Amino acid sequence: MVRFVKSSSDILIWLILLGAPFWLPAAGSYVELGTHIVVLALAAMSLNFLLGFTGVLSFGHAAYFGLGAYGTALTIKYLYPSTPLGMLVGVVIGTIAAAVIGLMIVRLRGVYFAMCTIAFGQVFYFIAFQWFSLTGGDDGVSAWHRVPLDFGFTTVNILNNNKAFYYFVLAVFALSVGVMAFLLRSPFGRTLLAIRENERRARFLGIPVDAHIWMSWVISCFFVSVAGTLFALMNDFIDPRAIRWDQSGTFVIMAVLGGMRNFWGPLIGAAIYIALQDYLSSHTENWMSFIGLFFVLIVLFFPRGVLGIIRRKVVS
Amino acid sequence: MTQLLLFNIFNGLIIGAFYALMALGLSLILNLSGVINFAHGGFLAIGGYLAYTLTPYLGFWGALLVAPFLTGFIGILVERVLISPLYGRDPLYSLLLTFGLAFMIEDGTRFIWGAQSLPYHIPGWLGAPLSNEYFFLTGYRVFMVVLATLVVLALFLILNYTRLGLRIRAGTLDLETVAVLGVDVRILRNLNFGLGIYLAGLAGVLAVGMLGLQPNIGDNLIMPSFIAIIVGGLGSLPGTLLGGLLIGVASGVTSVFFPSASEAVIYVMMAAVLIIRPRGLLGEEGRL
Repeated sequence: MVRFVKSSSDILIWLILLGAPFWLPAAGSYVELGTHIVVLALAAMSLNFLLGFTGVLSFGHAAYFGLGAYGTALTIKYLYPSTPLGMLVGVVIGTIAAAVIGLMIVRLRGVYFAMCTIAFGQVFYFIAFQWFSLTGGDDGVSAWHRVPLDFGFTTVNILNNNKAFYYFVLAVFALSVGVMAFLLRSPFGRTLLAIRENERRARFLGIPVDAHIWMSWVISCFFVSVAGTLFALMNDFIDPRAIRWDQSGTFVIMAVLGGMRNFWGPLIGAAIYIALQDYLSSHTENWMSFIGLFFVLIVLFFPRGVLGIIRRKVVS
Repeated sequence: MTQLLLFNIFNGLIIGAFYALMALGLSLILNLSGVINFAHGGFLAIGGYLAYTLTPYLGFWGALLVAPFLTGFIGILVERVLISPLYGRDPLYSLLLTFGLAFMIEDGTRFIWGAQSLPYHIPGWLGAPLSNEYFFLTGYRVFMVVLATLVVLALFLILNYTRLGLRIRAGTLDLETVAVLGVDVRILRNLNFGLGIYLAGLAGVLAVGMLGLQPNIGDNLIMPSFIAIIVGGLGSLPGTLLGGLLIGVASGVTSVFFPSASEAVIYVMMAAVLIIRPRGLLGEEGRL
C-alpha cells in the first residue's frame, strides 16, 4: 500500500511539474513563478540531502548558492557569453569552497556545526558586498543575460521563451534530484541514514563518520550551487541578498515546511513558501513580519511538515 | 602613526566590548539551553529603542538603568511562551524560531519607530573629548569601556558567588543531574535567558549612544558575536570574553594597515582557530 502510494505520488509530482507552464497561467498565475519554485526547490532538496538524510544541520547553504550564482553571472558578463560555461564555473567555485570549508568544520556537531556554517557563509556575503570593482557591491551584477543554448544542430532560446527556460530548469532539476535519489539508495546513502539515526553506533561499526559527513556536505553544496546558477540565470541578475544568512534560513524552512524526512518534502515546502511570499509582498509592506510569524507558527505547530503529517495518516 | 594605531586599538577595544557583551549573552543561552539565539541582534535593537523612548521621562541615566531590565523581561516572556516548548527537540527548531523572531523584531521596530535612523542624545559632558592630544578619547567612549568592564565583572561575580550562578554553571556541565538534585530547570533556563537578553539590551543602549538608532542595528554585531564564541571556545564564558575583545582589537588594528580587510580578518581568525584548535582558545575538551 505504502509502496503503491509512493510510486504513484512520484508520477503525479512529475506530471504536475511537466504541465506547470500550461496549468499555471490557466490558474491565474505565471510561468516565472513555476521556474522560481523549481529553482528554490532544488536548493532546498540539496540542503535536505544533508539535513534530512544525514542529520547534519547547516544554516549556511546560501553561501554556496550565491557562489554558484556569482560564478555564473561574472563568467557570462566578463569571460565568455555561454550559459553552460557560466554554470560550470559557478558550480566548480561553489563546490571547491564547500570542500575546503567542510574540512574545517566537519569535526563539529549539532548547534556548533550550524553556527560555524552561518559564520563561514557570511564570509562570502562580505566579499560580494565589499569587492565593488568585481561584484558591484550592493548593486549586484547586472547588464548581462543568459545566452540561448547552442547544440550545434539546433538552438534553444531560453532567453526570450519563458516556457523553454522553464523546461531547461526542469531538466537540470530532474537530473540533479535523480542523482541525489540514486545516491540515497546506494550503500553510501544507506550509510548516511545510519549516521543520522545513531552516529555513535555507526562509528562503532567502523564507518568513517567524519569522511561521510564531509562527502554529504560537499554533495549537498554541489547541488545547491547548481540551483544558484539557475537562480542567476532566472533573474539575469544577482546581488548580495541571495548570499545572506536569511536566504539560508529560507532553505531550511522550506525543507521543514514540506517535511524533511521525505524526499519530495522540500519541493512542497518551496511551492508553499514562494507562493505565500509572492502573495504577501504584493499585498503588504510588512511582509517580513508575516514571514517571521510564519516561521514561528510552523516550528510551534507544524514541525513535521506537510508530507510528514500525510505519511503518518497513510501508514496508520 | 602611533596616535592612529592607538586610536584604532582603542576603537577596537570598544567594538570588542560590544561583541563581548553580545557574545556573553549568546553564550549563556547556548551553553545552558542549546539555543542559538538569532534574535539577539533584535533584542539589542529593542534595548536601544526602549532607551530612546524612556529618555524623555527618566533622563539618560534612568533609561540606561531601566531599558536593559525591560529588555531582559521581554526576553523572559519570549522564552516562556515561545522557546521553552522546544527544549528537548532538534536544535533546528529553536534556531528557526529565533530566526523568524529576528525578522519580526526588525520589522516590528521599523513599524513602531520608523525606518529612518533616529539620533540618540547623550549628556554633553560625556560626549566631549577628554584631552586635545588624544582626540578620540571622548568621555562617552571611556565610559562605555568602564561600564562594560563593570558589567562583565558583575556577571562573573554572579556566576561564581551566587546560588543562581552556581546552578547555571552546574547546568552547563550536566543539566540532568542538576534537575535530579531538585533545581527547577525550567525556572533556571528562564532566568538564564533573561540574563543573556539583559546583556543584549545593555549593549543596545550603549551602542545607540555611539551609532544612533536603526532597526537593523543588531545585524552587524551578531555575526562577530558568533565568531567571538567560536574563537574563544565553545562552552567557556571567559573564552567568549577573550574572543570578543580579540576580534575587536584585531579588526581595529587591521583597519590601520588594510582598511578593506578589517571585516575579513575576523573570519580569517576563525578559520585559523578551527584548523589549529577546533575547540577554541579556552574551550574545554570534549564539548564539541
